[in-house]
Amino acid sequence: MASTHNAHVEFEHVSKSYDGQIQVVRDLDLTVHEGEFLTLLGASGSGKTTCLMMLAGFEAPTSGTIRIRGRSVHDLPPRKRGIGVVFQNYALFPHMTVGGNLAFPLEVRGIDPQQRRERVRRALQLVRLEGLEDRRPTELSGGQQQRVAIARALGVEPSLVLMDEPLGALDRRLREEMQYEIRRIQRSLGVTVVYVTHDQQEAMVLSDRVAVFRRGRIEQVALPETLYEEPERPFVASFIGENNLLHGRVLSVEHDISRVEAGGQIVQAFQVGPCKPGDPVTLAIRPERVCLAPKPELYSNRFEADIQDITFLGDHLRLRVAVCGSTDFIIKIPNIVGHGAVLAGDRVQVGWTPIDCRALTPDEKE
Amino acid sequence: MTSRPYRSRIRQVVHATAFVLLASLSWSRPAAGSESLTVVSWGGSYARACQKAILTPFTAQTGIETRLESYNGGLAQIRAQVETGKVYWDLVDLEMADAARGCDEGLLEPVIAADLPPAPDGSPAVDDFLPDMLTECGVGMLFYSTVYAYNPTHLAGPKPTTIQDFFDLEKFPGRRGMRRSPLVNLEFALMADGVPVEQVYATLGTPGGVNRAFRKLDTIKEHIVWWEAGAQPPQMLADGEVVMSTAYNGRIFNAQVLENQPFVIVWDGQVLDHGVLSIVAGTPKLEAARKFLAFATRTESLVAVGRYISYSPARRSGTALITTHLETGVEMQPHMPTSPQNTARALHNNWEWWSDHGDEMNERFSAWLAR
Amino acid sequence: MSSKRPADGGVFALFGPQLRAVGLVLPLVAFIGLTFVAPLATMLSRSVYDPVVAAALPETLRLLQAWDGVHVPPEPVFETIARELRTARQERSLGRVATRINRVRGGLRSVLTRTARRVREAEGPAWRDTLVGIHAAWDDVQTWHAIRRAGERFTARHYLHALDLERRSDGHIAPRPDEYRVYVSLLWRTLVVSLSLTGLCLLLGYPVAYLIAHAPPQRANLLLLLVLVPFWTSLLVRTTAWIVLLQTQGVINSTLVALGLIADESRLAMIYNMTGTMVAMTHVLLPFMVLPLYAVMRTIPRLHMSAAASLGASTIQAFWRVYWPQTLPGVGAGSLLVFILAIGYYITPALVGGRSGQLISNMIAYHMQTSLNWGLAAAIGGLLLAFVLVLYLVYDRLVGIERMRLG
Repeated sequence: MASTHNAHVEFEHVSKSYDGQIQVVRDLDLTVHEGEFLTLLGASGSGKTTCLMMLAGFEAPTSGTIRIRGRSVHDLPPRKRGIGVVFQNYALFPHMTVGGNLAFPLEVRGIDPQQRRERVRRALQLVRLEGLEDRRPTELSGGQQQRVAIARALGVEPSLVLMDEPLGALDRRLREEMQYEIRRIQRSLGVTVVYVTHDQQEAMVLSDRVAVFRRGRIEQVALPETLYEEPERPFVASFIGENNLLHGRVLSVEHDISRVEAGGQIVQAFQVGPCKPGDPVTLAIRPERVCLAPKPELYSNRFEADIQDITFLGDHLRLRVAVCGSTDFIIKIPNIVGHGAVLAGDRVQVGWTPIDCRALTPDEKE
Repeated sequence: MTSRPYRSRIRQVVHATAFVLLASLSWSRPAAGSESLTVVSWGGSYARACQKAILTPFTAQTGIETRLESYNGGLAQIRAQVETGKVYWDLVDLEMADAARGCDEGLLEPVIAADLPPAPDGSPAVDDFLPDMLTECGVGMLFYSTVYAYNPTHLAGPKPTTIQDFFDLEKFPGRRGMRRSPLVNLEFALMADGVPVEQVYATLGTPGGVNRAFRKLDTIKEHIVWWEAGAQPPQMLADGEVVMSTAYNGRIFNAQVLENQPFVIVWDGQVLDHGVLSIVAGTPKLEAARKFLAFATRTESLVAVGRYISYSPARRSGTALITTHLETGVEMQPHMPTSPQNTARALHNNWEWWSDHGDEMNERFSAWLAR
Repeated sequence: MSSKRPADGGVFALFGPQLRAVGLVLPLVAFIGLTFVAPLATMLSRSVYDPVVAAALPETLRLLQAWDGVHVPPEPVFETIARELRTARQERSLGRVATRINRVRGGLRSVLTRTARRVREAEGPAWRDTLVGIHAAWDDVQTWHAIRRAGERFTARHYLHALDLERRSDGHIAPRPDEYRVYVSLLWRTLVVSLSLTGLCLLLGYPVAYLIAHAPPQRANLLLLLVLVPFWTSLLVRTTAWIVLLQTQGVINSTLVALGLIADESRLAMIYNMTGTMVAMTHVLLPFMVLPLYAVMRTIPRLHMSAAASLGASTIQAFWRVYWPQTLPGVGAGSLLVFILAIGYYITPALVGGRSGQLISNMIAYHMQTSLNWGLAAAIGGLLLAFVLVLYLVYDRLVGIERMRLG
């Protein structure tokens, strides 16, 4: 990947293996732009944390190059990379007070006590913890500890901040609150953030762009909306939000629309990537894009479906139907007047437009 | 703000470990075997000799089981047993000073001299035992001696022959082994300094005499390697750690005949002492213990021990019966501490002086050592 | 924790959780009370309380209360002591009485035992002449001072003795004669040796504990085993092994000679001196340092070092500012353990210490086992105990101060 004028971090053919056999990260290319909030999203063991640790300098890549602002950081120790890191479980030093923790990076840089105190005060102001300098980390709540950890990472004003599942230990409400907090701080300082999480909702809320990791590789890097609306791989389609995946075979392709045979039915789908008749494809249809009793002029895909069961979820209903060879096909319908005519066991008409049905190259087998 | 949690953490770790230690320090007490007689002696080759010469034949003859235990001297354990009323040692082989003191303190059973067996020629025990061997609470068994010995392989040139030579660094350079105790060493020092044997304790009885002894020890102080257990001197001599060392004569003898060590004993200025067998007061097996005491102090028993290890019987009738070593056939007479050729200058340890002044001397010795 | 609910859990439930907890801890408390607190209290009481002489010679001591202390006491005192000595001999308590009086003034044991033996046949009324006839010491005022001193039930004598002091017959406390002063210098040496040992163990044990705490589990287990195997080996075996290694003709010296590094005549003296004591005791005590350190280090996340590095600290800064302070509880515990064990150790120094390697505990052992002067042994032990307690408190304060400075 060529460097562009605003590339902050570049991974070039980076691979990592701890034991020489299992590749934790495989031939990875990635660019993080200046001032961007990029999230590495993936299940545990997908290589995202290893990428972060290589970037921070705690691990060395087995092969490939990592550049920060165009300079290879191969021989740069962590302390010279100018990166702030927020660790999982915070890694606050329990033997120091909050003030001591925040002053630590300033102290080791030889900043004089007067200035140190002032900067600690400002850092606490930034994370809204004024007046807690003299507390011990163990005397703070989880959310407060998290704020201290962030303030500490930002203490020496790095241009790049790495966060490794920083909110993993918090309960849901606090997590949501902190998400906005992190976003606010990032925007106000304009720093580049590389953020690791396994929570796709968190990724959606926080990120400018999201890189979806799977088995040491990046499946797709895109804006959150793009990932949702235009997934390029079945894994991404099902990892981000809910999706119905149907397995079929291409019959013919015309422009962007292909005709696909799935479960004995012919489905018209939007073709992603090149393919030819006979190729296997995976069709991805979002549950909320499926229509009950579709009008023929709007929906070219219309099928008979048997309702397996119905779940009432307040703002919407969730139907599980059998269609196109799947018995696990989910349909979400908004809870509005006039929907209630269906019952489990009914046979109904369902339909979707070809644009809402993406034909993707199937994932390689696990 | 406070460091409470950390300090209490230290305490936790300390306390937890302390409990583990306490548990591991828990003592074990030998089970008081109700049927067998427990005899306590000095361990090592001497105990081996006693087992073969006395304990095994005693069991064979009387059917009373015996058990030999070892200790390192002193009255502490006996006193603890007597005071708690749980006596599980029945007979103990004691140093004379301890036997006298134990008797005064009521820790030992009085001896009934009439019970002791006569000599093989029929003369009564009271006549057969050498002077001072029959005491109120104990029967003298064997004479042993503290001597000094050298290893010719590590000592080139002329060989030492007198107690003066032990203190002569010019003629015999090299390190010396000595027991870490004032006992015997003070006597050696005075004899080497020219005090006649019969005046050694009289001289020690004056403050000037003690000073004189320490001054003599001062002359070789920097060249002394101190030993603690009787097994150490033969080892130090064999290793060349020292060129000469004071030692118990039996230990050197055993190294000579059983391990073929070339050690040579210098008998000049030897300090003779004797062991005493006593019954612990309050033993529940008094009858059996008395039987054992009588058996063990028979002339035959004492002679048998003397033919395993070179210690002399305390009975007149025994001296002539010590012929050859029972294991190697070595002629025993030249190796006995009481043989005339070895007693030209021999001092008898004055236990009464030591029981009066032992504590004082030990403190002074420790102070001297530390200086 | 509601007490209104009806009891449904058997007998214990009737008493509530607090009482139940007490019940569960009680056996241990009783055990410690019986095996630790009670013996300790007994020993400490022995250091100041000794009724033996007072019980055996009550009348003599009562008469000596009125004695002027300048001249030899009058005839009735002689008569009384002759009678009481005779009784003591019959009751077989004479040995203990004589031992105690002998400790106050050396040489009196044989005077008392001999007198008690001979006085059986003796008759009055000239008791003074009779006793002086048995031993001239009865004509010496110091003998009577010694008896009176030994007759005190409560006495600071042992503590004075343990501090190389004595009470003169005029009542002044003064240092003992120079050639008998031993305990203070031994205490001092023991302190220095124990502190150096603690430092040495820390220096050697810290890296080992670090290695074990942060090695992969399998290697950690192996390393831990290597630390523990010597710990399980008999103390005597280990000490003897050091003798084999360190002695003049030993493995190390012979190797050095064979390599030509030292001449045969100038073999190094590494045993039977302080070097030998330090080496062997460091080996013996090392596990007591490694284990607490390991326990504490295991709980310190490695992430902290990474965090420090990411915050700009060099490896050395990260260690001293982040890692080391967090190991202080282990350092403290290990150091206290090693120090306390070292201060009371006597087997190893006795075997490899030679002349200069003897410690105060060797004197305690001597007075416990050989001289049977338990009062003095208890007094020295009491001093050591007080010393360790003070040290513990000081350490507690120090660590606290250290923390506050770092925080």
